[in-house]
Amino acid sequence: MHDRQEIALTVNGEAVNRTIGVRQHLVDFLRGELGLLGSHLGCEHGVCGACSVRVNGRVVRGCLMLAVQADGADVLTIEGLSETGEIADLQEAFVAGNALQCGFCTPGMLLTSAELLAGGQPLTRAEIREYLSGNYCRCTGYQAIIDAVETVLAQRVGG
Amino acid sequence: MKAPPFQYVKPQSLAEVFELLGEHGDDAQILAGGQSLMPTLHLRLSSPTVLIDINGLDELAGISIDDGQVTIGALTRLAEVLKSDIVNAHLATLSRAMPHVAHVAIRNRGTFGGSIAYADPAAELPACMLALDATLIVQSGQAKREIAASEFFLGLYETARTPGELLIGARIPIDPPNRVNSFLELSRRHGDFAVVGLAATANAVGDRLEDVRLAFFGCEDRAKLAGRAALAVSGKRADAPTIDAAIDALTEDLDPVANLLGNSATKRHLAAVLTRRALGELARGVGEATHA
Repeated sequence: MHDRQEIALTVNGEAVNRTIGVRQHLVDFLRGELGLLGSHLGCEHGVCGACSVRVNGRVVRGCLMLAVQADGADVLTIEGLSETGEIADLQEAFVAGNALQCGFCTPGMLLTSAELLAGGQPLTRAEIREYLSGNYCRCTGYQAIIDAVETVLAQRVGG
Repeated sequence: MKAPPFQYVKPQSLAEVFELLGEHGDDAQILAGGQSLMPTLHLRLSSPTVLIDINGLDELAGISIDDGQVTIGALTRLAEVLKSDIVNAHLATLSRAMPHVAHVAIRNRGTFGGSIAYADPAAELPACMLALDATLIVQSGQAKREIAASEFFLGLYETARTPGELLIGARIPIDPPNRVNSFLELSRRHGDFAVVGLAATANAVGDRLEDVRLAFFGCEDRAKLAGRAALAVSGKRADAPTIDAAIDALTEDLDPVANLLGNSATKRHLAAVLTRRALGELARGVGEATHA
């Protein structure tokens, strides 16, 4: 039992070893220790979704997971996800459709939408809305965001 | 804000969990999905000395069916409950409730047992456990204790689980063939905690409702069965006068607590609205069962 602990994990495909304070949450670790500034901290209590990251293949709230809990995990941030090209079409649709204004919520929107798109199921606009309901956009650009996801979903699975 | 200092330990066995709980008692906090605990730490509403992370205990996760009962392990992620074939086939009320439980990123990490043990008065799962007459299983050392859901939720974030005990899962009777149900929730944003919600089950016997259970959440300091309202419709056809009688009886069942989402009168009104809708839905379910 410790207040500091060594962790070994994979972040965006690269092995990372650090000794960290156990009370540090995952996004503080990613931003502060690794300089990955794409994961944003909005509310820091799980409401806004700006801190979304992918852990072991699933999108989670980065602020609601301790960095020490990511020991042994495979973590993908918006930086890593962008590099894989998995969401290149979605990013293009966001730009084309002006689906971001200040950009603060965008990484979280993309990470969450990526999981929706990976489901490979055709969804109604209302279902897309429900899926993204855990991500706030304080510029209130929701229509354009839903438009972009809907467009890409239609391209990928037909709709 | 940042979490206050604490020690962190991730046991590899249940025995180790109970040893730690024995050693640290009230100062220790179980960390499962962390989707409620972590916010309380960040907001410094909670300051445990030790966090016992049970995420390594795979034996606590999983959904199985045996002898007319579905068992759901405490560490089963909410996302797994949502897409479970067993739940979707045999526990219609829970199946309908799951899409209302938080948001995708939270369901991916949050656990079934965590939501029940935390006992938020506006959460869906405690009410589902009441409506489905579930049995909750807690363990301390080698000793297991089975507690009916109706005796588990004691107050605001308070349950019958003692500090030395761990909630390990729930056993839920599968829906009988004549089960009718409704699940309704009013919330500000899809996936948020309820302003008022209602999980309702009954069995259709002829054209009548039997074994009616109306479990409200978001009203009082805990999820609560409305016994008098249920009695008002039990053994009857859910026609308009009966539904009116149930709503009258509801005023004796519920004394809603005001919060940021609504004052007591608002919640009382909304509970009546949901009751009318839910009983209407149960009545239509009876019609379908009769003509099936």
